[in-house]
Amino acid sequence: MSTAGGAATPSGVIAPEGTATRVDPGPDRAQYGLAAVLAVIGAWTVVDSAGLGPGFADQAVRPAAFGYVIGSALVLLAVLLAVATARGDRAEGEAGEDVDLDRGTDWRTLAGLAGVLVATVALIDWLGWAVVGALLFAGAATVLGNRHWVRNLLIGAVLSVASWYGFYVGLGIPIPPGVLDGVL
Amino acid sequence: MEALLEGLGMALQPENLVYAVVGVLLGTAVGVLPGIGPAMTVALLLPVTYNVSPSAALIMFAGIYYGGMYGGSTTSILLNTPGESSSVITALEGNKMAKTGRAAQALATAAIGSFVAGTISTVLLVALAPTVAEWVVVLGAPSYFALMVLALIAVTSVLGSSKLRGFISLALGLTIGLVGTATGQARLTFDNPLLADGIDIVVVAVAIFAVGEALWVAAHLRRRPLEVIPVGRPWMDREDWRRSWKPWLRGTAFGFPFGALPAGGAEMPTFLSYITERRLAGRHRAEFGKGAIEGVAGPEAANNASAAGTLVPLLAIGLPTTATAAVILAAMQGYGLQPGPQLFEAEPELVWTLLGSLFVANTLLLVINLPMAPLWARLLRIPRPYLYAGILFFAVLGAYSVNFQWFDVALLGLFGALGFAMRRFGLPVLPLIVGVILGPRLEEQLGQALQLSQGDVSALWGEPVAVVVYVVIAALLLGPLVLRLIPGRQEPEQLEDEIGALEDEVRS
Repeated sequence: MSTAGGAATPSGVIAPEGTATRVDPGPDRAQYGLAAVLAVIGAWTVVDSAGLGPGFADQAVRPAAFGYVIGSALVLLAVLLAVATARGDRAEGEAGEDVDLDRGTDWRTLAGLAGVLVATVALIDWLGWAVVGALLFAGAATVLGNRHWVRNLLIGAVLSVASWYGFYVGLGIPIPPGVLDGVL
Repeated sequence: MEALLEGLGMALQPENLVYAVVGVLLGTAVGVLPGIGPAMTVALLLPVTYNVSPSAALIMFAGIYYGGMYGGSTTSILLNTPGESSSVITALEGNKMAKTGRAAQALATAAIGSFVAGTISTVLLVALAPTVAEWVVVLGAPSYFALMVLALIAVTSVLGSSKLRGFISLALGLTIGLVGTATGQARLTFDNPLLADGIDIVVVAVAIFAVGEALWVAAHLRRRPLEVIPVGRPWMDREDWRRSWKPWLRGTAFGFPFGALPAGGAEMPTFLSYITERRLAGRHRAEFGKGAIEGVAGPEAANNASAAGTLVPLLAIGLPTTATAAVILAAMQGYGLQPGPQLFEAEPELVWTLLGSLFVANTLLLVINLPMAPLWARLLRIPRPYLYAGILFFAVLGAYSVNFQWFDVALLGLFGALGFAMRRFGLPVLPLIVGVILGPRLEEQLGQALQLSQGDVSALWGEPVAVVVYVVIAALLLGPLVLRLIPGRQEPEQLEDEIGALEDEVRS
């Protein structure tokens, strides 16, 4: 189910701290990836700030100033993180009520949910909330392991239509009806 | 006093009372769901309050806030898996009590203790906040700038185990806060007109709290169901009362000051309260680790008192010090209200209604939740696929209802991925959220300060309050370093280790 073997995907293995095996797991290599992303964001922020004009005459703080400071700070922090990682620093994943950190990351479920979210973004303006909301709920519940997809779809439809009317009529927030214009 | 009575009168009007009941019910119902803390509860329920009047919305928030807190403690007592750091201690003793058949008493002492602590703290809040606001209102931009820097540094470096990760999170939040054309020039907008107004904090908060959490849980979903302890109607006998009332009061005494300080948080006072109760338990000391009622009563009171204390800096200065306070601040800004000293002068009716409704929400919590505890316990059995599909559903609905654009939903997904990554890499969420909110205001205050002084930087330490605040900041940053040089002294970072050790000790 999951890629708990993890040799191919280093980021797929969560630090097995607290488990019986206390072998040195080596550096948390996925953190280098995080450091790289941070450095890119920081560098981009600095470049973006450099492209700004001088601002209004009465602006004591130029629009670019904060960008320079924050961008450079991000780059610096990225370097520090990379150094810490090389010296054996490991990230500790967040625990929670339904979280089981002893298992590897379940990439299949994650990819499924990402797919559902992307589909939601692509369809929401066209089909409207009542349809997309139902698909979103049913898709997410199915991906998360409930295989009764007909029942999921029914629950999703009830939820999305009820929330549409609740927002439109009850709260006065006019969510566009989308493809069901005239039906709802 | 008169103003408070007026506020109470407002909050007790039938219509507002309905809002308070709805808030308490929604807050508890959502907060009791596993994996949902108070901050996510408030963020997810934000859209519900979009179209009601600001005072009605604030009344609902009071209910949602306290309800969410109470729901969290129910979860940790009945499931033994605290959703957030401040209920770790409650779970320690509370779950042990529940396992020995005293779940009803554990829930009762938590609920009544929260009520006692909440009421006392709200009285303190009412007494303190206007006074603080009066002091603060005379401060100039340099002092505000210093206070905001203090809040940012405090939430970043005092809480959490890794300062490096705290600052990474803060820097990311400040970067998100840069986006937009607030300064007259388009920063980080990628020439996209949809980003010109900046990124809506509601979208960021819902994404980081709800979507990030749902994705993170989905990747590590516990496949075997958790054991939920059945519970009857909460009650306590005379002995339980005798053993509970002092811990409630002591917990309140720990919780409120910690909440009211800009470096607040509920983790430290709950921990201190637990240690104190264990030390003072006398002949009941042997019960600690096996379900001592004092160990639930004290920390729960501390937790709630600190939640009320958080509202002092939030309302009087406009500084959020917890994730929940940050979301409430964002919501108030959404109504065009700017928390801070001016709020007391500009909208006295609103402020006093909010303060009055805190008392009402607190009382409702007790009246509603004691009889309804068995019902809430059943919510813990909701199938996980439905729970997390539902969280995603309402998160998307919340983001979409901001502007009815696919673009906001796309941002939600993007920041949801960031939220997932933050949980994977142990980056704390609070500095990011506070950074997004305070970043632009920090820039504004700096601009004002330098404009008045015509670019003279020394104006920044030209006010005595600013100087004091900078000294505090220096102490916060350098203190741990100095302590580390003194052998044998405790470092603040050891708090987490100590909680961990305590947990191991109690669980084994």
